[in-house]
Amino acid sequence: MMNSNLQSHSKIFKIALLGNPNSGKTAIFNLLTKLRHKVSNYPGVTVEQKMGIVKLNNGRLAELLDLPGTYSLTPESLDEKIVAEEVTKWVHGIHRPDAIISVVDASNLSRNLYLTTQLTDLGIPVVMALNMMDLVKSGTVDHHQLSEKLGIHAAIPMSAKEKWGVNHLLDGLWKVLESPPPDCSFMIPLNIPAIVSTTLEPLTSIFKENFQYSPRLAVAQALRVITRNSALELYRKIIQTLPGLDDNLFEKLIDTRGEIIGQIESLNYSHRILEATLRYAMIDDMVKSIQPDNEKILKQVTRSEKADRILTHKWLGPAIFISIMYIIFHSVFTLATIPMDWIDESIHKIGDIILRTMGPGMLRDLLVDGVFGGVGAILVFLPQILILVFFLSMLEDSGYMARVAFLLDRFMTKVGLHGRSALPLISGYACAIPGIMASRTIDSWKERLITILILPLMSCSARLPVYSLLIGAFIPAKLLFGFISLQGFTLVTMYILGTVVAFILAWIFSKFIPIQGKSSFVMEMPPYRIPIMGSVFHQVFTRAKLFLKNAGQIILAISIVLWFIASFPSSPNSVNGNHVEDSYAGKIGKIIEPVIKPLGFDWKIGIGLVTSFAAREVMVSTLATLYSVDNGENSIVHLSSSLVKDINIHTGKQRYDVLFALSLMVFYVFAAQCMATFAIVKVETNSWKWPIFMICYMSMLAYGASFLVYQGGRLLGF
Amino acid sequence: MSEKLTIAQLSPGDSAKIVGFSGPTELQSRLVEMGFLPGVLIRLINQSAFGGPFQLKIRDYYVSLRKIDTENIIVEKLI
Repeated sequence: MMNSNLQSHSKIFKIALLGNPNSGKTAIFNLLTKLRHKVSNYPGVTVEQKMGIVKLNNGRLAELLDLPGTYSLTPESLDEKIVAEEVTKWVHGIHRPDAIISVVDASNLSRNLYLTTQLTDLGIPVVMALNMMDLVKSGTVDHHQLSEKLGIHAAIPMSAKEKWGVNHLLDGLWKVLESPPPDCSFMIPLNIPAIVSTTLEPLTSIFKENFQYSPRLAVAQALRVITRNSALELYRKIIQTLPGLDDNLFEKLIDTRGEIIGQIESLNYSHRILEATLRYAMIDDMVKSIQPDNEKILKQVTRSEKADRILTHKWLGPAIFISIMYIIFHSVFTLATIPMDWIDESIHKIGDIILRTMGPGMLRDLLVDGVFGGVGAILVFLPQILILVFFLSMLEDSGYMARVAFLLDRFMTKVGLHGRSALPLISGYACAIPGIMASRTIDSWKERLITILILPLMSCSARLPVYSLLIGAFIPAKLLFGFISLQGFTLVTMYILGTVVAFILAWIFSKFIPIQGKSSFVMEMPPYRIPIMGSVFHQVFTRAKLFLKNAGQIILAISIVLWFIASFPSSPNSVNGNHVEDSYAGKIGKIIEPVIKPLGFDWKIGIGLVTSFAAREVMVSTLATLYSVDNGENSIVHLSSSLVKDINIHTGKQRYDVLFALSLMVFYVFAAQCMATFAIVKVETNSWKWPIFMICYMSMLAYGASFLVYQGGRLLGF
Repeated sequence: MSEKLTIAQLSPGDSAKIVGFSGPTELQSRLVEMGFLPGVLIRLINQSAFGGPFQLKIRDYYVSLRKIDTENIIVEKLI
């Protein structure tokens, strides 16, 4: 007795969180785990499984698994397939959770209950979180009646946004974990016509006899596998991995399914809609007593609908979207100047202090030139990156991105993409990697693949330091037409260049990639909401942390190594200038120089192109280190003025000019430089073919475009 | 009795009752899972530019569908 008590006490409970997209699942996950995770108001944001730890009300800990949002356990897109696969494993005893929290948007009850009714068939205790109670017009939902009718342990009204009800949810959760509710797996809640039941019997009995399913689950699975082939496919893997199952079982399932579909159709039922029709008959009956007047609900005009009259208006909508994007990129450049100047000054001040307090020597040179010169040059750009991430998170969290998908779907399908490509592509402006992950919500493989292939052409925030440095140094701070800043305009042009070429390539790829696939666009438009600032700042903070971690590790390491190879061998003859040119680094740059000379780049840029394979922004720290080492005086150089003042002693002219700056920026728009991106593409496409293809096409594009800019510009006399 | 139309034939602001589906059946599973069933009411909100998707209200939520798919949902307009 004592022993079993101890054992049960040490058991870590497993809880799974499931719900529709936009039901507030991730917000509840954050509240329960107190860990912050990215929340967003866009269907399909939880594209990976996330694990957190929950502290239950009696102090016990439990593992909480957050799965992607799904409308049904019969999968359509990749993120839904992830959920369906996981759930299929559970019913076969693999990673089976002790309880499921079914998150339901109480303001959109019937559609959300669809998934809940599927979950109740699994034989795993279900606790329902009736979320978004703050949006329920009448203020209440009869949750006792609801939980009784659904046969679930508890339905707990709550609001993740207003942060109430979480404790009740934890209470409810503990109750089912402590004393699991009685088994009701013999009661089939669906009202299935007798003739249909009989027809399904061969499938039902396979599930009962070969898989040991309960009668309730067997019927549910029989209905599910006849709905979509994807539901049947889930069993291929299960049959292969589970021991003791006949290999021919899958063939048997296929054959039986085929026969039954024929019989169902001959009874004048459609196999594709049978499960959903039966479930909704039950749900609508249940909800009727809770929400009596459907017509009144239909006529209600929500605040979001009023906003959509303008924001998704045929002509105003696209115009507003373009203006928003323009303002965001433009303000990245203008808003960031003050904090950037402040960081710049601070770094110089600290560098000066080191110069004054430390005695001269190699260590001081390494610290000032390598560390402060290199890493400091990068830190200056942190505000720009954070401002961009801030705006993009605000957009995503507000619910606007679903409208962007709506506005752009027609255009996107014309160029071989999908309305749902809009969010991945726009998040690519911050970083390609989350963008590539977010493409999982696109249901057709071809459109998803093309989205992934062109995504690195969306200028990510790691390119911003390079653009900003070159624009600040070489583009005059003039006004166009008296009100548009030429510098801001140049920056926006780089973004537009990448984006437009991305769309052209998408169109070309769609013509040549021989994959057939149908796609659809059934996309929920979530209500607009004021972004949860905590979540937005969390994203900004995460990006800052990543950037600083990069700066503190990769960029620091590269800067130190670079300082050594740029400082040695130190030839006594070249004290005044030309010091770096004779170093090891200079020699490496000189080897590359002939290849990149037609683009207007010299050996210094060549070194930067090599080092920026680690991360694009390393170009900036590399140049800063090179100039710091080269600088005879002992102080941190000002990188942009060093670039402008750099004189080529052979020609006596400025080494770098506007044309060079444009050529290098264009090179950065297209070049394949981020190893992490290709690693993730390898994972997501499950082959080396596509990442290698990406590196090839991007490199050719970068070289070709820079060549055109530089040589074309020279021909035109610049 | 009112005449049978497809959602694509409705004008913004029109309310209608779903009668059934026509055409290819692939998308029907998803539509029905999302609550598009005979007898359910919908209201058309707007259409995106250049023949883009339609936005409509069904049950308690708003959803968008491509024009080609709205042509396969048969409705009865409510007066």
